[in-house]
Amino acid sequence: MLIVDNLKASIDGKQILKGMTLTVNPGEIHAIMGPNGSGKSTLASVLAGREFVTVNEGTVTYFGENLLEMEPEERAKEGLFLGFQYPIEIPGVSMVNFMKTAVNEQRKHRGLEPLSASDFLKLMREKKELVEIDSKLTNRSVNEGFSGGEKKKNEIFQMAMLEPKLAILDETDSGLDIDALRVVANGVNKIKRPDSSVVVITHYQRLLDFIVPDVVHVLYDGRIVKTAGRELALELEQKGYDWIRKEAEKSDETWTVKPK
Amino acid sequence: MDSETKIDERYAELFRSRIEQISAGSAPFINSLREEAFGRFRELGVPDRKSEAYRYTNLEPLFSHHYHDYIIPDAGDLNYARNFECEVEDLDVHNLVLVNGFYPPNGGALKTIDPGVSLGSLTEAAVSQSEVVERHYGRYAASDEDGLIHLNTALATDGVFINVPEGVRSEKPVQIVNLVRSEKDIFVQHRNLVVVGEDAEATIIICDHTVSPNNYLTNAVTEVYVGANARFTLIRVQNEHNKAAKLTHTFIHQERGSYASSVNITLHGGVVRNSTYHHLGGEGAHANAAGLYLTDRTQHVDNFVSVNHAVADCTSNQLFKGVLDDVATGTFNGRIVVRPDAQRTRAYQSNNTILLTDDARMDTRPQLEIFADDVKCSHGATVGQIDDNALFYLMSRGINRREARLMLMFGFAHEVVQEIPVEALQRRIDTLVMQRLRGELTRCASCMMRCRESVQ
Repeated sequence: MLIVDNLKASIDGKQILKGMTLTVNPGEIHAIMGPNGSGKSTLASVLAGREFVTVNEGTVTYFGENLLEMEPEERAKEGLFLGFQYPIEIPGVSMVNFMKTAVNEQRKHRGLEPLSASDFLKLMREKKELVEIDSKLTNRSVNEGFSGGEKKKNEIFQMAMLEPKLAILDETDSGLDIDALRVVANGVNKIKRPDSSVVVITHYQRLLDFIVPDVVHVLYDGRIVKTAGRELALELEQKGYDWIRKEAEKSDETWTVKPK
Repeated sequence: MDSETKIDERYAELFRSRIEQISAGSAPFINSLREEAFGRFRELGVPDRKSEAYRYTNLEPLFSHHYHDYIIPDAGDLNYARNFECEVEDLDVHNLVLVNGFYPPNGGALKTIDPGVSLGSLTEAAVSQSEVVERHYGRYAASDEDGLIHLNTALATDGVFINVPEGVRSEKPVQIVNLVRSEKDIFVQHRNLVVVGEDAEATIIICDHTVSPNNYLTNAVTEVYVGANARFTLIRVQNEHNKAAKLTHTFIHQERGSYASSVNITLHGGVVRNSTYHHLGGEGAHANAAGLYLTDRTQHVDNFVSVNHAVADCTSNQLFKGVLDDVATGTFNGRIVVRPDAQRTRAYQSNNTILLTDDARMDTRPQLEIFADDVKCSHGATVGQIDDNALFYLMSRGINRREARLMLMFGFAHEVVQEIPVEALQRRIDTLVMQRLRGELTRCASCMMRCRESVQ
């Protein structure tokens, strides 16, 4: 569903992604790990369509279409979801109004009638239970006054409401205690359908205890330098990123291991 | 003679030539203040741009225009007021309609709405409830800077009087609709007096409208006394045409433990200047001042707020927000004065404006004068565009750019709209704001009235 090929991207003239390649098939869970500054969040920004990132070279194909030519809202309507590392607070815009507009825009795109007020509230209720988010949060303005953990839960709640084909979760685990981590991970596992895919971007292995990846990639200096099964994540947890750094510096060639 | 002197002379001449006529329809007490007030106006004059408080609002073209003075109400206008109905759905209020500052039938009406609660003509009240009027009238509307307040005291003939006696919680709001309607260009003065007794409660909605297309200038003063532990809310909704100028001066005097909130919603107007003064005169009182301005084309909206912490242990909050389009201009002057005895004051102020074009302009000026030492004060002002991060966040969920911008602007404005404690009105204003932001709203459509003769 997603093919990233030789992607090079920069922010304010600084090259961040230096030829990144990645293929995600329907149903797969991928983890992208890597040390700080390796380009993880830049990748998420490119995929979601942030304007401050300039793509210099390479292609991103999503269900056969050129993703880079699509507006951010079109990407969302085509089933792409980004879980933000730092969700934005929007005072004055209610969660209900936000989600109602988003769900109905997406329904319109698929040629469906907008949900009635009661059907919408029913959907909200179901999804709230699914991801264990408190009603008092969904009755407030978007993320306003939410704690770090609440904001992340709210991202997963939005994911549940929108039922994406491909979810990219950008450091959804950062700042979460172990209980919140479990809730967030359970939510993701419940939302995932057999044919939908998830890309988990994370610095740490611990989230991957709960969201078990099929493939683990290591991003280093703007390139994927290692790809393996989930055991790679455990290895990184034990050994840190230093050995990856050394290996990457030994060879300019991308060095990969076929998963499973 | 320079233009300022000419203007002041013109109003001096108006006073001299019409004072007999003005006084004839008024109560002796109100008349007794006119000479002195006029003297003060002569000293201070119409504020020019050298005045700190009016630096960004040029009154000169407004006051140099030739208006017909409207001193005796026209019978046709008063009939018009009688037949007026407000259109806001489910708004359950005691309704009162003024045309050009007069309440029909002139001088005869003062009704009792709740036990002991009087509502009606100030001229009438000055006679039949002279004791209350004399205790409060002219006591709070004082200024050493603004001559217009004294001009109003010198010339005003009628307006609304509301008296909520001690301990009475008047749950149903009072709605005052100010209509300006004339075939000629007119200058209108009116004067309101609101007295909310100890432990009493009152909510007042003032709606400012124009219903015919001439040039108008309104100079209105409202005085409010809020007794100990009383609760008072004033909501002003302004929707006038581009040739109308509206100058309002609201003085809210608060006693111990009282709560008072003033909310100005300016949807449309040629030149609008709202001065709101909260005087915290008793310990433990709280003042809340909020405002929203949504303007386009050449409109100008100026909000001046002055919160005076005269005694200890009071709190205040100011929240003013606006969206300016085209070449519209806006001004916010937020003054917080903390007197030497006002220890443990907590006073906050915030002014945020979104400019939709490069040509729109906002001037914002916090003025904090703090003479006590145990005080927490803060102020913040932003002038800018829509937040890109917030815009992207909404778009990343499938909401298109236009809709996402609207949602953000609506949310921005809603923070002020939610200060309106009357649900039906809050809903209506939300709808009007949304329509206004979508550009679906002409001034007439946003009107709350069943007016069929209105002209854009």
